[in-house]
Amino acid sequence: MHGFANPKRFLALASWLTPLLLASGLVLTAAALFWGFSQVPPDRLMGETVRILFIHVPTAWLGMGGWTAIAVSSLVFLVWRHPLAAIAARGAAVPGLVFTLICLATGSIWGRPTWGTWWVWDGRLTSMLVLAFLYVAYIALAQSAEREGVSARIPAIFGLLGAVNIPIINRSVVWWNSLHQPPSITMGKSSIDGEFLAPLMVAVIGFSLIFGGVVLARMRALLADIQAEARLRRRAMEAD
Amino acid sequence: MREALDQWDFVYAAYALGVGGTLAMMAWSWLAMKRAEARREKARQR
Repeated sequence: MHGFANPKRFLALASWLTPLLLASGLVLTAAALFWGFSQVPPDRLMGETVRILFIHVPTAWLGMGGWTAIAVSSLVFLVWRHPLAAIAARGAAVPGLVFTLICLATGSIWGRPTWGTWWVWDGRLTSMLVLAFLYVAYIALAQSAEREGVSARIPAIFGLLGAVNIPIINRSVVWWNSLHQPPSITMGKSSIDGEFLAPLMVAVIGFSLIFGGVVLARMRALLADIQAEARLRRRAMEAD
Repeated sequence: MREALDQWDFVYAAYALGVGGTLAMMAWSWLAMKRAEARREKARQR
């Protein structure tokens, strides 16, 4: 595993893995969404709106998963000082933010016909909104650290501290009263009927593959920018 | 008085947002990667 932390080996691996993850993710997600949109029956309580589940749940998990990836990569960077870990953390930020925003938007759309309101300031919704703000702050901090030549340790520490919000999001529906339903899927258990669970799991795998492909694409873009910048700087120094 | 809401309108809106947002993110990240790699190649050849 440590061998792939070498940028050259990483680029060799990522060059074929990026399109493979994106293409397979796209096919699986399209199949799962078609299944969820047109094949599953309406739910007894939620009616047709249950179909929003197949977008809302995978994006919610990946929104939280994205920050977990940032925190783990930041920890690896802070402990082993490996620059690729800092790039991996930055690579997870944009897809994490996009999936968090999709989760918030689809949740709000789902809330209107089921709860009678677009938004409530309860623990789950508020902590998820905080996660979106954390992503925006992390992206801005990482970009300004790079531009100003400040140590990448500052965004890494922020990435690690922000992980405090992840268990809060996860436990919010247990700790506080909420319109949001309690967890339907826990370790090895599910209260969701098989008819809904099967397309949901395919959607989770599909969206996860897309997430992985976008992380690799972001990492390749960041690495290419760093390498181009270093080469131009070297040329300028040689010319002086 | 009960509101008459068509549930399908909410489903369409959620799918349009979810699918549109995901496709836009994939296209943007792919194009940004290709642009950055082309810049690196240009810097190498200079």
